[in-house]
Amino acid sequence: MTQIVERPAGTPEPSDPILTAVPVKPNLTMVQAINRALHDAMAADERVLVFGEDVARLGGVFRVTEGLAETFGEQRCFDTPLAESAIVGIAVGLALRGLVPVPEIQFDGFSYPAFDQIASHLAKYRMRSHGDIDMPVTVRIPSFGGIGAVEHHSESTEAYWLHTAGLKVVVPSTPSDAYWLLRHAIASADPVIFLEPKRRYWSRETVDTATAAPPIGRAVIRRAGSDVTVLTYGGLVGTALHAAELAAARLGWKVEVVDLRSLNPLDFETVAASVAKTGRAVVMHEGPRTLGFGAELAARIQEELFYDLEAPVLRATGFDTPYPPARLEKLWLPGPDRLLDCIEKSLERP
Amino acid sequence: MPNSMTVDSEPVTLIAPDGTTTDEARYRRELAPETLCWLYEMMVITRDLDAEFVNLQRQGELGLFASCRGQEAAQIGAAAAVRKTDWLFPQYRELGVLLLRGIALPALAAVWRGSWHGGPGFTAKRCAPIAIPIGTHALHAVGAAMAAQRLGEDSVTVAFIGDGATSTGDVHEALNFASVYHAPCVFFVQNNQWAISVPVSRQLAGPSIAHRAVGYGIPGVRVDGNDALACYTVMTEAAARARHGRGPTLIEAVTYRLGAHTTSDDPTRYRSAEELQRWAALDPIPRYAAYLRHVGLLGDRLEHRVAAHSARMRRQLRQVVLGAGDPDVGELFDTTYAEITPTLAEQRRQLQAELAKEA
Repeated sequence: MTQIVERPAGTPEPSDPILTAVPVKPNLTMVQAINRALHDAMAADERVLVFGEDVARLGGVFRVTEGLAETFGEQRCFDTPLAESAIVGIAVGLALRGLVPVPEIQFDGFSYPAFDQIASHLAKYRMRSHGDIDMPVTVRIPSFGGIGAVEHHSESTEAYWLHTAGLKVVVPSTPSDAYWLLRHAIASADPVIFLEPKRRYWSRETVDTATAAPPIGRAVIRRAGSDVTVLTYGGLVGTALHAAELAAARLGWKVEVVDLRSLNPLDFETVAASVAKTGRAVVMHEGPRTLGFGAELAARIQEELFYDLEAPVLRATGFDTPYPPARLEKLWLPGPDRLLDCIEKSLERP
Repeated sequence: MPNSMTVDSEPVTLIAPDGTTTDEARYRRELAPETLCWLYEMMVITRDLDAEFVNLQRQGELGLFASCRGQEAAQIGAAAAVRKTDWLFPQYRELGVLLLRGIALPALAAVWRGSWHGGPGFTAKRCAPIAIPIGTHALHAVGAAMAAQRLGEDSVTVAFIGDGATSTGDVHEALNFASVYHAPCVFFVQNNQWAISVPVSRQLAGPSIAHRAVGYGIPGVRVDGNDALACYTVMTEAAARARHGRGPTLIEAVTYRLGAHTTSDDPTRYRSAEELQRWAALDPIPRYAAYLRHVGLLGDRLEHRVAAHSARMRRQLRQVVLGAGDPDVGELFDTTYAEITPTLAEQRRQLQAELAKEA
């Protein structure tokens, strides 16, 4: 049994759920891992509620919430009317009364109607109540592009949430991390925006549900290297690892890939240690370049590590256009080529 | 018992403007004498403290204040009709509601002085912090009501919103969710006729705000918002419905904001002196006082007691405001997250260094 403790000692009860899941190591897709995490969190703590559009009867448009309503009943997993502002708004009220809501926004682009509730209330309730009220709300949002979807179904929203004080922003890249980061998120006393990379929903691996992965706020080095650091998260971690393999095999470049996992709180220590070692950094994210998270990372790296740098921090990102139609997304999204171009440019510097 | 498919346009009135009882047949409620006197006391204290808040703002002690003058009957009547275990979700003009719920004066003053946002300590009294973005908190009231359902409580929640708020999408979503889930939530709309400078006629084209209830399949009730007894009675019935699992009610209390929108507003730019006079003649406090005299409950003794209590509260408010220090800026960093993030801790150190340099 593993205990998840995110709540500092002395803060008023609830959370701190003890895992009651049978320790097994199933081979799961990311969808199944998230489903398992929801199931285990609901079994461990009866205050945990799952709700949103099509999550109960249908089991979610991606089947992420399959079986929860049957197992836990319609009081704990329920379909809502089609209204995203209300989905987050009632989560605030439920949390105010001590429950632990895990609402789903069906797709990234539909989080915008809930923006006011997230930015004006969810993020600020602790401060507004002078620290009296916890907001243990995890807003799950199937996110990002790469699956050939129609408009409004491929958005990168993280920069909005990262600019909003009071929120945590978490992006898993693997089924195991999806399981554990979601368990950590549900145990968090603060609101977590949980962005699930849809393009990795069907990736599969063995998930150890008995041994906790590092908590929110910790980055992980997915591939060690000494020439250049790639900082990325979510669906692009796999892309970066693929590019790093290509670069190693064909060009002999030793690329280190840092999976940030949690964008706020940010594990800058791990970032700094890696960049200090390699002297070079490339940030990779899907969202538009201007004021994307790459801008913040580049700014911080030059503020704190200027004299360790051998080259400017570069960004392999999407462009400053609306997300493209499906037939153009492969050209628009940063892939191995755009990343390797940046790495090459970085390595060209003395 | 209101029928959910029809709404009476005629507001429920139990006390006529001259203080006599009406022949209203739909609602009748005999209240204990001490309850009747308590309502009066709280209305007078609200009126007096409201005036003191405005004075303190004019004297430069408060940044802003939103007066509720004219709406005391609606606020006191509604808030007095629910239990202390019920949750209240105020907007920002609910001085009467907050006083009745027992929110301490320093917490009340903090928002207007600019010492803290929302409502420090409010939730200990089962009252949400004040909500300034119009209508958004109605959804919190619905969520809290859905929590009560799941916690097996018989508590209800009350969303205090205004006529302007009924135009927002969030209020629609709140009414819809509450009705779909039969949530024990009462929507208490103070229709004070004006959303800053925009009249209620520009907020909706239907017959009344209460009529909107029909579309949600819930009862809609218009009540004379300047009649404390009617507001108390209508709210009592709506709360009982919610408490007994019969779902939400939309109440429209027809009242008037006698003061400005806030101390920064100049209402002469948008409404006539004639209109103001017409509503001033319907002032809820003299009306209720006349009723109490009529039923033999208001004499010199009660007047003196209420006046003394009110004067004491006014003095306390002045002392609280004039003696208030600024909060520790560190609290800003400490209340953003349960546990400060590394980035925020670094920013906190930066500010501390700035302050140390100044010192």
